[in-house]
Amino acid sequence: MSIDQRIVTDMVNNGIEFITTVPCKQLGGVIAEAENHNSIHHVPCNKEDEGMGLCAGAFMGGKRSAIIMQNTALGVTLNSLATLIQFYHIPLPMLISYRGELGEPVACQVEMALHTKALLSQMLIPTYHFHDQDDVEELDKILKYTYMCNKPVAILTDASFWKGY
Amino acid sequence: MIRSEVLKTLVPVISDQFVVCNIGLPSQELHMLDDQPTNFYMLGTMGLASSIGLGLALAQKQKIIAIDGDGSVLTNLGTLPTIANNPADNFILLIIDNGSYGSTGDQPTYAGMKTSLARVAEACGCDNVVECRAEETVDVMKAAIASDKMTIIVCKCESGNIPVPNITIDQVVIRDRFMKALEAANA
Repeated sequence: MSIDQRIVTDMVNNGIEFITTVPCKQLGGVIAEAENHNSIHHVPCNKEDEGMGLCAGAFMGGKRSAIIMQNTALGVTLNSLATLIQFYHIPLPMLISYRGELGEPVACQVEMALHTKALLSQMLIPTYHFHDQDDVEELDKILKYTYMCNKPVAILTDASFWKGY
Repeated sequence: MIRSEVLKTLVPVISDQFVVCNIGLPSQELHMLDDQPTNFYMLGTMGLASSIGLGLALAQKQKIIAIDGDGSVLTNLGTLPTIANNPADNFILLIIDNGSYGSTGDQPTYAGMKTSLARVAEACGCDNVVECRAEETVDVMKAAIASDKMTIIVCKCESGNIPVPNITIDQVVIRDRFMKALEAANA
């Protein structure tokens, strides 16, 4: 099983049926798996805060939801995270590519990488950092934790985890 | 007619429907006029009423009406292509377009100037877009509910606000009672 299949399988096994995504080269394989999986309704969105609205709606409609996005967009989601996801106690796994870490070829990506963990910490969002591929072993527990506590939870996946760009 | 008057005419038609209502005065007005467990009041997050509504409609079978404003749609304009390309025939988006940011003091929006949200929605690929005068809204809404087709209604009304109390129901209660009502309807 590929790492992409493993991630989507863990999501499906935890009852996730609705996934919204913004394009990302590193997460492209996971997004394709989500698109092709029979039990997942995949809705591409245009912006990450819009995606959080879709996820909140799907959750209230009875489907567990998740968002797949890049860390560069974290800033545009802060209000949605605080006033919708956290305020209304909505569980939301956020699978995030951690651009700007070791191996990054684009200097500008480093700028948001420097703020990523600080912002997540400031927002009191439980954050897990996948660096080695074995770290994916924790995904199942992280998803169960998310639905136990009804919070947004961030899973940062860096270039080393994806074995390059 | 101003927005609160439009909402008053709509209450008999939407009272038994599942409604996602926009932040600020629209939610406060609907809450004052006809508080129901089937109303989800947004107490924050300007712009996401249509996205929450679409997510709800795609996830289950009951009809969902999102009541949005022109200013809020402008702040989340990317929602219209997503709605157009993920059609849900149990979804109605009502944009109450009074050409102003009502909740912040009636500053003008571009929708009250050169920008037509109905034409933007059509250009984004939305199929059933109806622009109407405020007085026509209740009949247009009745037709949209009866059609079982995803519909975008742009209601052109006057700007203006009435004094309304804040919503003091705990937000988790708002969510919980809405979800329980929806689950019961789908059972």
